Amino acid sequence: MNAQALLELADDELILGWRNSEWTGIAPLLEEDVAFSSIAQNEIGHARALYELAARELGTTADELAFDRSPDEYRCSKLVQLRLVPDWARTIARHCLYERADQARIEALKGSDDPELAGLAAKIDREEAYHRMHAEMWRDRLENEPRFVAAIEELEPLSDVRDEQIPEFADLWDEMTMVRRSVAGATW
Amino acid sequence: MIYEVFRQERKGQAFAHAGSVEAANDEFAEAYAREQYGRRGESAALWVVPRDAVHEIEDFADELQKNYHRVDGYPLKEKLGKARERAGTT
Amino acid sequence: MDQREQEFLEYVQSGGQVETDDWMPDEYRAKLIKFIEMHGNSELMGVLPEREWILRAPTLQRKLALTAKVQDEVGHSQLIYRVVEDLGKPREQCLDDLISGKSKFHNVFHYPTKTWGDVGVIAWLVDAAAIISQKALLKCSYAPYARIMKKICWEESFHILHGRDVILTMMLGTDEQRGLVQEALNRWWGPLMQFHGNPIAKEDDPMYVWRIKSQGNEEARQQFLDGYVPQIWELGLTVPDPKLRKRDDGVWAYTEPDWAELKHVVTGHGPKTAERLELRRTTREENAWVRQALLAPAA
Repeated sequence: MNAQALLELADDELILGWRNSEWTGIAPLLEEDVAFSSIAQNEIGHARALYELAARELGTTADELAFDRSPDEYRCSKLVQLRLVPDWARTIARHCLYERADQARIEALKGSDDPELAGLAAKIDREEAYHRMHAEMWRDRLENEPRFVAAIEELEPLSDVRDEQIPEFADLWDEMTMVRRSVAGATW
Repeated sequence: MIYEVFRQERKGQAFAHAGSVEAANDEFAEAYAREQYGRRGESAALWVVPRDAVHEIEDFADELQKNYHRVDGYPLKEKLGKARERAGTT
Repeated sequence: MDQREQEFLEYVQSGGQVETDDWMPDEYRAKLIKFIEMHGNSELMGVLPEREWILRAPTLQRKLALTAKVQDEVGHSQLIYRVVEDLGKPREQCLDDLISGKSKFHNVFHYPTKTWGDVGVIAWLVDAAAIISQKALLKCSYAPYARIMKKICWEESFHILHGRDVILTMMLGTDEQRGLVQEALNRWWGPLMQFHGNPIAKEDDPMYVWRIKSQGNEEARQQFLDGYVPQIWELGLTVPDPKLRKRDDGVWAYTEPDWAELKHVVTGHGPKTAERLELRRTTREENAWVRQALLAPAA
C-alpha cells in the first residue's frame, strides 16, 4: 500500500479522534466521558502509527504529516470532518457507521503483502474490537430513539464522500495548528 | 445501577475492592469498569458485580473466649523449657 | 456534643477509620459531604480550562498526554461523586448545586488559560499544589475516600511528569517559548499561593478536628514552596514575589496572599466562573435525554 493511500486511513483516524476528543470533559455522563476519551485517544494513536509508516516512505515525521500539511492536502472523509458536539445522537451514529466501514478496511489491510502494515493492522484491529463493542452497545440502547434514527439516515451517505472539505474543517485545522504555528520551528 | 469493581493487580494476587461505577446494565458496567480501572494497564483482571449481589457480614459472635482459635491458647514456652531440662538438652 | 459523638471524635482523632454504613454524627457526615463534594466539583471544573488545549496541542504526543490527563480528572470526579452518593447525596443533586452556585470549587479553576505556557504551569504547579493536599487525604478518617485517594494520587503523578516535560521543553526552546512560561507563571502565582486556603490554625479547622483533613493549610503551603520554588528557580524563572525567601529556620516567608480575592473568587465571582458554569449547565441539559434513554428498560 503506498503512502498516499495510508494517509487516507491515517487522516480519517486523526480527524475522527480529534472530533471525538472534543467530548472529553462534557460527555453525557462521567463514566461514558472516560470510556469515550479512551476511544478518541486510541484513534489518535492509530493515526500516529500509520503516519510513522508513511513518514518513512515520504522522508518526513508523523507530527509533520499530522500538522504541517495545508488543509486541502488532508484526505479524510466528509463524515469525520463534521463537528457534532454537543449532539450525542449524531456522535454515536457516526461512531457506529465509521466502525462498521473501518472494520472492512482494516480486515483488508491485515491481509497485506507488507508484513509491517499487516502487523500494525492486526494491532489496530484488536483495539478497534472494543470500539465496535462500545458502538453496538449504544446502538442497542438508542436504536428506537428518533434522533438516532434520523442521525444514521443523515450521516450514512457521507462515509464514502472524500476529497470534499467542509468549512468546519478549515476551522478545525486552524485550531489544531495554532500553537504549533505560533513559534516557527519550535520544539514543543 | 451501581456495580462494585474488584481488581487484581497482578496474576496470582487477590482481587481487592477498587470502587464502583454506575451503569444501565452489565454491558455498560463492563465497558466502564474496563476503562476506569484498566486503561493504564494497571490491572491483570477485574470482577464487576452488581452491588445487590454483594452481601456484607460484619458482626461475629465470640462470647466464650475461644482461645483454642488463637495463638495465646497454646502456652508452649514453659513446657518446652521443662522438657529440655528433663532430656538434659538445655 | 453527647457521649456517643464524643466517643466518635476520640475514635477518629486516635486514627480510627469509618466505613459507609457505620454510625456517624450528623455534623461529621455533613462536613464530610461538603468537603468531598467540593473536591469532586473541582475535578469536574478543572477539566474545562484544560480541555480547550486538547484541541490545540502542538504534537501528537502532547495531544495524547493532555487528553489522558483531562480524562483522569473526569475519572476522579466520578470516583469522588460516587463516594458522596454513598454518603447520601445523589450525583444529580451535586451537579444541580454546582451549576446553581450553591456549592463551591477551588479557586484555581475560576481563572482563564491564555497560552500553551498555562498548560505547562497548570500541570506542573497547580497539580503539585493539589497533590500535596491529596497525599494528606490518604489519612482521612473516612475510609472510602482515603481509598480512592490512592488511585487519584497515583494518576496525578503522571500529570506532574507531563507538566514538567512541557515546561522543560519550552525552557530549552526559543526565547519566545521561555517567555510564555514566565508570563504564565506570573499570572498563576497569586492563585497558587491562595490555593491551600488562609492560615487557620488546624485546631480551629473542623475538617482537621474530625480528621477529614490531616494537615493544616499553612503546612500544605510550606510543603508546596519547599518542594517547588527550588524547581522554579533552577530553571532560571523568577517568582513574582520579591519577599519570597526561605528563612534560617526553614520556613518560607512571602507576601501575604490576597485573601479577599480568594473569597471573592470561590464564592462565584472569578473571571471565568459564570462562563464555565454555563457550559456545564448547557451541556448537561442538552444531553439529559441520553441519561433518560439509559434509565429506560432496554427495548
